[in-house]
Amino acid sequence: MDATAPAPGSDVIPAKLSVQALKVSYGDAVALSDVNLEIPEHHVTAFIGPSGCGKSTFLRCLNRMNDHIPGVRIEGRVRLDGEDIYEPRVDPVALRRRVGMVFQKSNPFPKSIFDNVAFGPRVHGCKDPVQLRELVERSLRQAALWEEVQDRLDGSALDLSGGQQQRLCIARALAVEPDVLLMDEPASALDPIATAKIEELIQELKTHYTIAIVTHNMQQAARVSDYTAYFYLGRLIEFGPTDQLFTNPSRPETEDYITGRFG
Amino acid sequence: MTAHDLRRRQVERLMFAATMLAAATTLGVLFFLLGYIAWQGATSVSWAFLTRLPAPVGEPGGGMANAIVGSGKLLLIAGLVGIPVGFLGGVYLSEYGRGPIAFSVRYAADVLNGVPSIVIGVTAYALLVVPFKHFSTLAGGVALGLMMIPVSLRTTEEFLRMVPDSLREASLALGAPRWVTIVRVVIPAAMRGILAGILLSLARVAGETAPLLFTAFGNRFWSEGWLQPTASLPVMIFTYAIAPYDDWHRQAWAGALVLLTLVLGANILARMVLVRSGGLGRSS
Amino acid sequence: METLSPVVPPRRPSVPRLAIGRTAATSLTPVLAGRGERLLGSSRRRRWADPIFRTTSLAFALTVIAMTAVIASVLFLRSAPARAAFGWGFLTSSTWDPVFEHFGVLPFVWGTLASSAIALLLALPLGLGAAICLSELLPTRWSDPAAFLIELLVAVPSVVYGLVGVFVLVPLMRNIEGILQSTLGFLPIFAGPAYGIGLLTAGILLAVMIVPFVVTISREVLLAVPRAQRDAALALGATRWETVRHVVVPYARSGILGSVFLALARALGETMAVTMVIGNRPEISASLFAPAHTMAAVLANEFTEATGDVYLAALVEVALVLFVITIVVNALARLLILTVRAPDPARV
Repeated sequence: MDATAPAPGSDVIPAKLSVQALKVSYGDAVALSDVNLEIPEHHVTAFIGPSGCGKSTFLRCLNRMNDHIPGVRIEGRVRLDGEDIYEPRVDPVALRRRVGMVFQKSNPFPKSIFDNVAFGPRVHGCKDPVQLRELVERSLRQAALWEEVQDRLDGSALDLSGGQQQRLCIARALAVEPDVLLMDEPASALDPIATAKIEELIQELKTHYTIAIVTHNMQQAARVSDYTAYFYLGRLIEFGPTDQLFTNPSRPETEDYITGRFG
Repeated sequence: MTAHDLRRRQVERLMFAATMLAAATTLGVLFFLLGYIAWQGATSVSWAFLTRLPAPVGEPGGGMANAIVGSGKLLLIAGLVGIPVGFLGGVYLSEYGRGPIAFSVRYAADVLNGVPSIVIGVTAYALLVVPFKHFSTLAGGVALGLMMIPVSLRTTEEFLRMVPDSLREASLALGAPRWVTIVRVVIPAAMRGILAGILLSLARVAGETAPLLFTAFGNRFWSEGWLQPTASLPVMIFTYAIAPYDDWHRQAWAGALVLLTLVLGANILARMVLVRSGGLGRSS
Repeated sequence: METLSPVVPPRRPSVPRLAIGRTAATSLTPVLAGRGERLLGSSRRRRWADPIFRTTSLAFALTVIAMTAVIASVLFLRSAPARAAFGWGFLTSSTWDPVFEHFGVLPFVWGTLASSAIALLLALPLGLGAAICLSELLPTRWSDPAAFLIELLVAVPSVVYGLVGVFVLVPLMRNIEGILQSTLGFLPIFAGPAYGIGLLTAGILLAVMIVPFVVTISREVLLAVPRAQRDAALALGATRWETVRHVVVPYARSGILGSVFLALARALGETMAVTMVIGNRPEISASLFAPAHTMAAVLANEFTEATGDVYLAALVEVALVLFVITIVVNALARLLILTVRAPDPARV
């Protein structure tokens, strides 16, 4: 557990997600080994590291999206509010209501904007049109998209720009009222202005949600996150408050990465 | 340029001219076919033709109303047999199909596709005509339905596969179970192509004659219900064409015009839909 | 609930604020029932829906295999009386005598193969030539619509081809065959009375029917040949024709061959058009003008009139032989085409 840097001081922040001895392998290839990590509630935690270091694989363990990969083996424990999410009795569907995900390339359904955002609630049993409309509006507002689309909710989602589509996907994820929002390089396919909007959005969302974001852009991690975890070759090298990790990393590997010696 | 080069140029011009002739001939056949049938049949296609029963043998006049309705009934049964198997089978192959089972299903569909339609007719005869001791619309419809399966299966599978995985992931990440993802995201996204594929397979069997020869057989009058022999457009065209009566020949052309219009119309419609939805490739 | 070891709350990094004009976030009273529900014990959902859906679709997929197996077994079982009576002799005997109940499939195999061979002989150069024109010569603007139209020919029902065959081709062939006979009548293939109905006419009609197959598939295969191959030849100074002949076509050879086999498979099973123009006489003759018979045609003609178990079983055995032959040819075709491109299921 020396990856977590205990520091002197005050507040104790509850951990929303707690990971112990996580190991992921596909066949003979090991993607992640011995990861121990606590993701604090109502904060933004960033996962950084060079390509192929396992950060995306790790993220996908948190909502059991890796289950769908043929031949995958997952060992260790991941706990959401104390409950082990990999317990056989746990229904992944119920898990994903509480842990949502936004993907690198926006993937709106070829449906209307309204139907995209309402998809999650409908799937989970919400049929009341009043409730749906309320949820859709609220989610679009939280994703900072409402003003731009309120007049064309029946229009196709595919007519939106790249940045708008990504915010739509965020709204869609928020509509099921999750506790945690996982974001896999959410702005990597966007231009700088759209990226800045997404980053601002993340700051505002953390008051209501716990956010975990994978990013290959170190500056973005420094801008946006409260805590950062550095992964390398499938291992968690260091985890700590962002400021501390970037200005005074405790591991030489971390220092090598953030000073750009490789990666 | 040397004399040799000149010769090469001449050869090239000659050969390319030959290929253009080949293309023109092939297209020429199409236009000739359409034109000739239109010419021969147009004068005979009338409201009476479309709504009247055949006249007694040897007498001129009458129409093919029972054949048209009969074909419709046959297609209905064919659809009931062929569409569910093709559609749901295609869903399985696309969403769950990995491994030997899927391979066998695809191979079987290929085999089924290559079976001559008359052989399918023989099978339907053995299974549905012999036990009941008479010809029926049901037997004919089932034979046609069997023929529909390979096309609708493969097009359903292909269009479902074309739906990007990112949509499936998005749906799963929102907490939708697998089957909801398939039913509410993947299938709707591929619906256009799937429908076009079904339309194509219906059009293909609508023109089939051979499998009906000893299943639905034929009927000079209206066919009641589903368990009696029925007239059908292709069979009637065939019967009239090889008969000695001139008036029947005339009616055969009219029937051919009607059949051709329906079949080609359905094909063109389906391919237009396919092109708009992403298509099957350049040559659609 | 576990807690973190004490951590210093971090300083908030500053992010440039962009004016995007949104209102303040509304409060988050849950709208959906069951928000924040515990994971264990939250099973209002029916978890059996997934397996049932999968099993159902699997069941339907398996019926395809079942149906194919049923066809094969029906053909095999129902032909038992004939197989018992004639054994392998069925395949070598050329007698087809319903009266004395001697049956042999050879005349039909002959007619089927001969008519198909004639069809291929005519269709291959024509189809390949047209495909080359459409893929190499014409720009896409013309080539695509032309290919589309040619594909429509595939959709024309067999009986319609037969109709045109009977009333247009047969009289035409009567004249042509007459001319051939008066000039080349000493050749055995042009011997015998020329009625216009017979092997040659059937072969020509079949050729017309299978040319679209050859054209559309060959065209796709030719278009799939990488540009780099063509460029290499042209850069070496070859003319476009030489490039086509010596580089493009050989590269696409297996796909073209596959299209030929596919067309052959279609020709073998062709029933209506053939039976209308081939004469329906189960005889083997050297002359192209002679009437003949095919496996598919004899089934169409005699099935409903077959009396007696052996007669019917013999016909079913004919169907069995046809079934086996088409499977083999189709398998070869798929093998060849798949090595070049994925076949378009809706076309064939």
